[in-house]
Parts: sequence; structure tokens; C-alpha cells
Amino acid sequence: MLNNIWFILWGVLWAVYFVLDGFDLGIGSLMPFVAKSEEEKRIAYYAMGPFWNGNEVWLITAGGVTFAAFPTAYAVLFSSFYAPLMIILFALIIRGVSLEFRERSNDPSWKKLWDIGTFVGSFVPALLFGVAFANIFQGIPIDENGVFKGSLLTLLNPYALLGGLLFLILFLYHGALWLAVKTGDEFQERSFKVAKLLWIPLAVVAVGFLIATWFKTNLYYNYLMKPLFYAVPAVIIPVAVLGGLFGSIFYLQKRKKWQAWGCSALTIAGVTMFGVIGLYPDLLPSSINPKYSLTVFNASSSPLTLKIMLGVVLVFIPVVIAYQFWTYRMFSHTVNKENLAYEESY
Amino acid sequence: MDVLLLSRLQFAAATFFHFIFVPLTLGLSLLLAIMETKYVRTGDETYRQMARFWGKIFLVNFAVGVVTGITLEFQFGTNWARYSKYVGDVFGSLLAIEASVAFFLESTFIAVWAFGWKRLSPKAHAVSIWLVALASNISAYWILTANAWMQNPVGYVIRGGRAELANFWDIISQSFAIHEIVHTLSAAYILSGFFVAAISGYYLLKKQHMDLFKRSFAIGISMALIFSLVEVVQGHINGSEVAKYQPTKLAAMESFWETRDHAPQYLFIIPDEKNERNKIELGKLPSMLSMLAYHNPAATVKGLKDFPKDERPPVTITFGAFRLMIGLGFLFPVIAFWGWIKRKTIEEHPRFLKILLYILPLPYLAIAAGWTVAEVGRQPWVVYGLVKTKDAVSIIDKTQVMISLAGLVLLYSVIGLIAAYLIVKFIKQGPESTTT
Repeated sequence: MLNNIWFILWGVLWAVYFVLDGFDLGIGSLMPFVAKSEEEKRIAYYAMGPFWNGNEVWLITAGGVTFAAFPTAYAVLFSSFYAPLMIILFALIIRGVSLEFRERSNDPSWKKLWDIGTFVGSFVPALLFGVAFANIFQGIPIDENGVFKGSLLTLLNPYALLGGLLFLILFLYHGALWLAVKTGDEFQERSFKVAKLLWIPLAVVAVGFLIATWFKTNLYYNYLMKPLFYAVPAVIIPVAVLGGLFGSIFYLQKRKKWQAWGCSALTIAGVTMFGVIGLYPDLLPSSINPKYSLTVFNASSSPLTLKIMLGVVLVFIPVVIAYQFWTYRMFSHTVNKENLAYEESY
Repeated sequence: MDVLLLSRLQFAAATFFHFIFVPLTLGLSLLLAIMETKYVRTGDETYRQMARFWGKIFLVNFAVGVVTGITLEFQFGTNWARYSKYVGDVFGSLLAIEASVAFFLESTFIAVWAFGWKRLSPKAHAVSIWLVALASNISAYWILTANAWMQNPVGYVIRGGRAELANFWDIISQSFAIHEIVHTLSAAYILSGFFVAAISGYYLLKKQHMDLFKRSFAIGISMALIFSLVEVVQGHINGSEVAKYQPTKLAAMESFWETRDHAPQYLFIIPDEKNERNKIELGKLPSMLSMLAYHNPAATVKGLKDFPKDERPPVTITFGAFRLMIGLGFLFPVIAFWGWIKRKTIEEHPRFLKILLYILPLPYLAIAAGWTVAEVGRQPWVVYGLVKTKDAVSIIDKTQVMISLAGLVLLYSVIGLIAAYLIVKFIKQGPESTTT
């Protein structure tokens, strides 16, 4: 039971990370295409300025919880994904310093450098998180000792790249809608248009990914083989994914920004949970032999550790959500040319 | 070079670089909180100006500390998979608690603070920097508790081929951890105090913004004085802790080869690791080592020769780093005391202010030396007495570790240089005029 609760929590923490940092990564990747003038760039930066740092901590927490609750999975997963994970981390470092330092630079050539850093540091993780999770969904070649028997090229297979593309477009769409939430006037209208433009590719790639998943993974197997056990997620997840997808375009047409963004958040959470729940009881399937797969049971911590950590998470995560919610409300106003100077930190 | 050595180098590079920035975050956040509280209490605009000047520097330093911290958590998985598998049940939870209890708070409220100068009331703004200060220090507590467990593992049992948690309370309250935390935080406050005092001195030398920087100087030098005194006393206790729990580290710190009672200490030693002796020993202080380690002049201190060769840490590095740290540790209270006595008329002592500016790298050096003693002195163990470093490394392809190490060194160097450039730039820019 404890292990199962932790499995759900593990999935939820990653889903929350993708929902929250997803829009930052999306905005960073969209930046060169939607923000042209210096003023527009500053607006776009400010749209994520007060939030991205707190959002990124969800990654640290998701990683930390993987370590605490499923240490074997943490060890095997992260050492197998050595190259892509290092690239993600370096990219996030570049993004972090670019966001922080741009605000404190006056020189246009420095700003240009930070703009490039923001783009690369956002685009690369958006893509690689998708590649990584698609690989988890389909399994990787690990032996009985949890040693990875493939190479970087093993990880860059077509299905994984499709997963990368899906995450990238999801985040771009999500980011465009957040820009619509935070900005006003003409910039807001442009953000809506960009989001609308992205919707069709998003729908096509999402459907393509769900079809490819049928052929490349065992995810559906779980849903089909144990229909009673999976009754609840089997209803909730398609509603989240499809409802989010169609809901967001519906609200987008009506220019209801918060609802549209909320729906795209639902899609991201739905896609993540679809994969995670479909994996159960695996955390990381072995493509060499199912016996070598890491599961919720053979990769977990002791009951004592799981209990203590559950206590910590149940007490502190709601507190975190409460103060982060407060922060979002505090900075929920729209940013435009008029109030830009007032909003900036220094 | 093999994966083991490359991974060790990578972890060392990442942690040492990270810890250039962390101490200032720990101390300066507290000083900023004090400055803003004074502003709220007195309404004196100078304190607000002060907080904004130091805050700008703080944010650059903070950002680099945060981004370089990210790689550390993940490196336990990427490079030290066998370590993570073996001790993750105990060790992983400490990192996860750090993230959910402290790091969230720190990262959320630093943004509230940075973006909230105009949006928050002065009181709420001061509260947000207090939360940042509190959270970063709590964060240090959890990370250092995790490190202390690697130095002196407690509260675990070996079950099913791995170390499992047996008593959580033992881990988070063991005396070794508490001493490590007091020691490291004091070092961070010494560094921060000297940083603020030295930079203030730069302006006092130029005779600009005298009022603001005289007050900053007084706050900084007081912090440096208080904690350099704490450090001398506590450092001594810390030494006894090491003697009790990590005898091989103690022997290496002192380059002490032959087991004996009434163990002496020498003022000057040149170790000769190859021949298991010291080339030169000068200035004998009879029974001093026995005294310091066990508070008993007759106590027997175990020498390196009585430990198996493959359980001894590198002696020269551990010894040298220890001597450097101790020397600086005794120098700091002297300097801080002098500055503190003269704080009211410090602008009349330009030579002192100049010296203070030039020796600013010393507290950084002392901290790096301290970590060298702690980490190199723990070798060949990654968890003292439980897991050897060579058994902890991941089984992975060497090329990718070479590339990531090169990439990390390059990326961090560039970031470090730019951060230093920005900090110097903001220092030279000086405080804003009061009208803003």
C-alpha cells in the first residue's frame, strides 16, 4: 500500500513540475519568435520572472523524492540517462543564469547573449524531458544489476524523439497561453494567435504519440488487462487529456485566458499520468528481460523511510502549495508597457 | 583516468565551486534581514539604501549558488549509482526533505523579495528576506546532516544487501552533525562578515557614502568577530569529535605516523608519505596532540602505520589543508577584533581597510581548505567505515564522464567569471540615491 501511494506521489510530483516549469520552458523557447523589441522581451521575461525559480524546485523535489522513495530506480535511471540528464542540467544552469543576469545587464550585446542562453536553456530541456519519459514508458536495456547496456543512440530512438517533440509542443503551447495570461493588449492577442497556431500540430503529435505508444510500449496493456483496477484512471486520464486539449482551444477562441491555460495544464498532467499509471507496477521496464525491470516493490526504500517521507510530504507540500499559490496571486496582474518599469525588481 | 577518478574530479569541482557562493548566501541573507528590520523599526532611509546595495550583490551570488546546486543532487544518481542504491534508503530522504522543507521556501521568497520592492509593504518585504535567510540556513542543516552521516554513519542497519534506516532521530541529532553544522555556518558568517566589512572599507577609503558604509562596516565586522571567536572554541571541540569518530582522518590531519602516548605536536612538519614518516619535524610541543584530541596528556593517539595502507587518506593534502585552515582560523579573530575596536573611527585607518580588502580571499580559502580536510580526509571511504569510494561509482561509459567533466569545468568557469564581473560592477556602481 505504502509503495503504491508513493508511486502515485512520484508521478504527481513530476506532473506538477511539468505543468509549472513547462510554461517557463515554453516561453523561453518561444521568446525569439514572439518578442521582438526590447520592451516586448522584458514583458515576456517578467511574465515568468517571479515564478520560474520556485517552479524549478519541483524538479529538485521530484528528483529528491525519487532518491528517497525509490533509491534503486533513482540510481539506475539517472546513471542510464547520464548524457541526456547532464545536458538537461547544464541547459537549466544556462537558463537560470540567463534569466537572472539579463535583468542586471544594460549592454545590448550582453542581453543578446542572455537571450540565446534563455532560448537554448529552455528548448533543450523541454525536448529532452520528453525523450527521457518516452524512454521510461517503453523501457530501456538494463541488465539484472541495473547496468545500462545501450548508448546515447539507444535513447534517441524514433518513439523517444516523438515523445520529445510532444513535450516541446505541449510546453510551447502552455507557454504561449501563460503569456496571454500575463500580458495585455497587442502582445496578448499575439500570444493567443501563436497558441492557436500551435494547437493543430499539438493535436496531431499527441494523437500520433498515443498511437505509437500502442505499438512501442505496454502501457495500454495494463489498462486493458485489469479494467476494474484501472477503471478510475481510465476515465479520468482521457478526460484530462482530451478535455484539456479541446477545452483549451474552446476557451482560447473565447479569449478566456485563465481557463485556456488551466486546460493546457490539465493536458500536461494527463499525458504524464497516463504514462506513469500505465507503467505500474514498473518504474523502469527493462527491454532485455521483464524480470530485470525495476518495480514499485523491488526498487523502493524500506517501509520506515517511506512512512517518514510520507509524513514530511503530507505536511510540507500543502504548505508549499499554499505559499506558492499566494505568490501567483500576488503577481497575477497583467504586465504591459505602462507598468513595466514599476514591476521590475531593480 | 578511469570513471572513478573522473567522477571524483567532477564531484569535487561541482561542490567546491558551489560552495564558493553558498557561504555568502547564508551570511549575507541574515545581514540583509537585519538591515531591513532596522529600516522598518527606525524608518531611517539609509538602511533601505543599504539593503538595496547589498541586495543587488546578494542576488547575483545567490543565483550562481542555486544553479550550481542542481547538478549536485543528480550526480549521486548519474555518477554514484552504486552509492545511491546502497545507502539511498537513509541518505535520499535527507536530500528530499531539504528540497521540500527549505529549498522551496528559499526559492519562492527570494523572488517575492526581488520583485516585491514596490509591491510589498516594508514590513512584508523584511519578512520575505527573513524567510529566505531562515530557509537557506535550514537548507544547510539538512545538507550538512547528510554529509555528517557520510562522515559518521549512525541510525542504520544492514538488511537485504543495503543500509536501511533504523533510527531517523539518531541521524538528525547526532553530535557529529550538530558540530559540523555549527562549524560550517560559523565559517559562512565569518566570510560574510569580512565580505561586508571589506567592501565597506573600499567606499570608506574613497570617502563616499560614509554614513552608509560605516554602519555596514560595523555590522559586518561584528559578525566576523563573534563567529571567528565561536569558530576557535568550536573548532577545538570539532577536533575531538574527529579524534573520537574518525581516527584515520585525525592521524592524517596531523601527519602522525607512530602510535604512542603523550603524543606531541610539531609546529612545522613536512610529511614524507612514501616512506611513512615526516621529513622534517620542528618545534615540538610535548603531549599537545594527546591533550587536544583527548584532553589528557597521557592519552594514546593511534598513528597512520597502525591502519591498513588501503584505509589511509592522502596524508599530504589532508595535513596541508588542515594547517592552512587552522592558521587562518587563528588569524581571523585577531583581524576582526582590531577592526571592531576601531569601528567608530575606522575611516581614519586606511591601511587596515586596504589590508582587509586584499585578504578577502582568505576566508574563501579557509572554507575550501576545511572541506578538503573533511572530504579528502574521509578517503578511501565515501561513507566512513561502511562504503569505499571505489565501490560507490556508477558502471558507465567513460567518454561521457570525460565530456561532462570538461563541460562542467568550462561552463562553471564562464559563469564564475561573469558573476565576479557583475559583483564587481555592482560594487563600483555604489548605492542608489535616496530618491528612489
